[in-house]
Amino acid sequence: MSQRIIVNSNINGENIEFMADERDSLLEALRDRIGLTGVKEGCNNGNCGACAVIMDGRLVNSCCVMAAECQDASITTVEGLEKDGQLTTLQQTFLEDAALQCGICTPGFLVAATALLEFNPHPTEHEIRFWLAGNLCRCTGYDKIIRAVQHAAERA
Amino acid sequence: MTTESRPSIIGTRPIRPDGFDKVVGRAVYGADVRLPGMLFGRVKRSPHAHAVIKRIDVSKALALPGVHAVITHADFPEPREKIVQSFRGPGPAQWEIERLLARRKVLFKGHPVAAVCANDLHTAEDALDLIEVEYEVLLPVLNLHDALLPSAPILHDDGFADPIKGLFDPVGGHATNVATRLELGAGDVELGFREADVIIEREYETGTYHQGYIEPHNGTAIWGPDGRLTVWTSTQGAFGMRESISRVLGLSISQLRVIPAEIGGGFGAKNVMYLEPLAALLSKKSGGRPVQVRMSNQEVLEATGPTSATRAWVRLGAKRDGTLVAADVRLEYEAGAYHGSPVAGGARCALGPYAIPHQRVVGYDIVVNKSKVAAYRAPGASASEFAVESAVDELAQKLSMDPMELRLKNPARAGQRRSDGATHGSIGTVEVMQALVDSPHYRSELAGKNRGRGVAMGFWQNGGGESSAFANVHEDGRVTLLTGSVDIGGLRAALAMQFAETLGIPYEDVSSLVADTESIGFTNNTGGSRSAFATGWAAYQSALDIREQLEQRIAKIWEVDAAEVSYDPVDATLRGPGDLMMTFKEAARRLPHSGGMIQGHADVVSTSLGAVGACMAAHIVDVEVDRETGKVTILRYTAVQDVGRAIHPSYVEGQIQGGVAQGVGMALSEEYVFDASGAMRNNSLLDYRMPTALDLPMIDVVLVEVPNPGHPYGVRGVGEVPIVPPLAAVANAIADAIGVRVPRLPASPRVILEQLEQGS
Repeated sequence: MSQRIIVNSNINGENIEFMADERDSLLEALRDRIGLTGVKEGCNNGNCGACAVIMDGRLVNSCCVMAAECQDASITTVEGLEKDGQLTTLQQTFLEDAALQCGICTPGFLVAATALLEFNPHPTEHEIRFWLAGNLCRCTGYDKIIRAVQHAAERA
Repeated sequence: MTTESRPSIIGTRPIRPDGFDKVVGRAVYGADVRLPGMLFGRVKRSPHAHAVIKRIDVSKALALPGVHAVITHADFPEPREKIVQSFRGPGPAQWEIERLLARRKVLFKGHPVAAVCANDLHTAEDALDLIEVEYEVLLPVLNLHDALLPSAPILHDDGFADPIKGLFDPVGGHATNVATRLELGAGDVELGFREADVIIEREYETGTYHQGYIEPHNGTAIWGPDGRLTVWTSTQGAFGMRESISRVLGLSISQLRVIPAEIGGGFGAKNVMYLEPLAALLSKKSGGRPVQVRMSNQEVLEATGPTSATRAWVRLGAKRDGTLVAADVRLEYEAGAYHGSPVAGGARCALGPYAIPHQRVVGYDIVVNKSKVAAYRAPGASASEFAVESAVDELAQKLSMDPMELRLKNPARAGQRRSDGATHGSIGTVEVMQALVDSPHYRSELAGKNRGRGVAMGFWQNGGGESSAFANVHEDGRVTLLTGSVDIGGLRAALAMQFAETLGIPYEDVSSLVADTESIGFTNNTGGSRSAFATGWAAYQSALDIREQLEQRIAKIWEVDAAEVSYDPVDATLRGPGDLMMTFKEAARRLPHSGGMIQGHADVVSTSLGAVGACMAAHIVDVEVDRETGKVTILRYTAVQDVGRAIHPSYVEGQIQGGVAQGVGMALSEEYVFDASGAMRNNSLLDYRMPTALDLPMIDVVLVEVPNPGHPYGVRGVGEVPIVPPLAAVANAIADAIGVRVPRLPASPRVILEQLEQGS
């Protein structure tokens, strides 16, 4: 049997205290304890990027982080990207460029691309492809995702 | 009041109705369903590919605090009918249940043997370890070659198939692993080959591939105290799922409501039920608590999908001038543990792009100890057309003809008989071939060492079927369009656009939603590239219904004869005698006080309205082969496709680009690797190597529009055919690059290096 733990984190700009199982990954805690189901479970072992979040300024797969590691951490999920009810440029270009089909990988791609443009506001196509190689999409063939990131970078 | 006529909505690129929810993380997929008191379920699976179950003991699992229920095969009711019909033919009802939870034997590694539900996932997983299963391990059958040996272990020795003629018929008095044999043809093949000047004969193979959707399967169920069952699931079709579940649970379909959640990819495999009945039985055993059962990605790879590994033998005969006169094809497809591979689809499409007077295609459906295969985008056609399109290139070489010249000499045309006995309707073969030859890619020079260019055709028949639509006109002039078609990649937009076009109202005024099995009329699954076509028909008809009702209503208001009022969709305006006119918006506003709101309704069997438009594609690819490592890089890719009419071109392009990416995966990097015990050794998304963003270039798309005369807006299904040509296009490009042909896909670095060694 496992222990319950209490964790204090800043999630999407809000200080949140939550209870978790000590075996919970951050992904499980976000989805099942806090209700942020925009964070998706794909592979649950760090290969698909659907659960990507930004943790203390770093892009991480939340399935590979334990909830217990998140004491005092600052975490941004897809639900925290929009500002004041406004879509970010990336969210807007993803819609305009039809960069999603089924949409299950979209939260991870948006979070990863947001981290990319913070790190490198004007990436080349190759740099975008390299950065996003940790996010799998099975529907689009990536073409429209790459273009949406390029268009967001152009507008910034 | 005047309304300006507006440009056509069809062909524009508006934002999809469900887009906002999907970029802010608010869309509810199957695993996001949260219900009060919900329990979490997990499945216990066989570690063996072939074994007899001697004993299952669930007592320790049940005793674990937090566990609510455990189920095994014994919890399923006896099937009411012994034989069930599916779209792949008749089969024993008992096997449908045994696929979900094994009875006497397990037939693949990952075969479910029990399921458990508990307060949380961790407890459910702990409980799995406490379920004791004793096996007597049998020799597994792991490939087509071994399955056909006279000494092969027999998977199905229970006699359930005996009453079904044509299914596992004994050969020479002995049981066999061959489930079915089919033969298609036209003309006289022997005569055709006698007429041929040049004949080639080749063999090709493809590996086992997974559909690779990112969202694992899931199912959530509440079995209410009134005996009614409600199911939420990520499925390609709520009605198909309702049928499947009701059959194995012995329910009447109206006792069951299936609510389709947002779906995270399917590509065919989410037509199949895996977890939903288990969630239902666990809910029943837990006193009606809601239960959600989910798979891990490892379970998805090991125990769902995949597609058939295949072997194909192709013989082609041509005149000296390149005219094809005869084709003989034999296809062997793995079915996995139960019969029902897509060999029929492969057989029907194998020779689809060409006019060949004498042809025969024979197909075999063969069981092996692997997960039962599921449909995967143009099911069966990628493998069969890979074989034929590779052979066509080899024939061109033998004839010293350009590969496109040979193809352009033999295109399938309307009115020509296909090998499955059907005749080609309107089909854009010549148009796509010509568009490919005219493309900037084809006309460009390819320079550099170890680089090559390949082309290939693809044909897919597409589907029709039944669809419903219900459209609710609101007082403010907006309309809610409900359909029963699950939206996997932009369908809601494509339907809203056809609907808005027919009424002449702005796209933004249509709210396009997917309804559940109790909220809309019967609708077939989203599959077979049918939905934009067939449900598009329903959306169109429901808009016509609204137009007619509006004409009658406004005639009453104007106190004129209904025949004197007509609805003009160009400016969404009703016109009557003299200069009487009223816009749609104004008419909607008048409805509440003139007899009540109106709703448009349609239930269509699309094929009784118009022919399904089959789909033709032609692809061209440039590759570079690294002779040191065997790695193949895609340098440039262009996909040409006859799309009938592109309703929303971005999502049409997206379907094509996605299909190309999956086809390139099949050609180069994806493949199940099994060990001798039948265990998949690469059961993760790191090792089952789907293309990443870094593995692909931009994928150029050329949309050719040969409108389908069987649809009001010319729609042809577009989603499936793009996965067909990439396999042969890449293989043909590799042959062009290094002068060595790869007869077995994927052309992984190992295979390339082997071929280079043999070739030198």
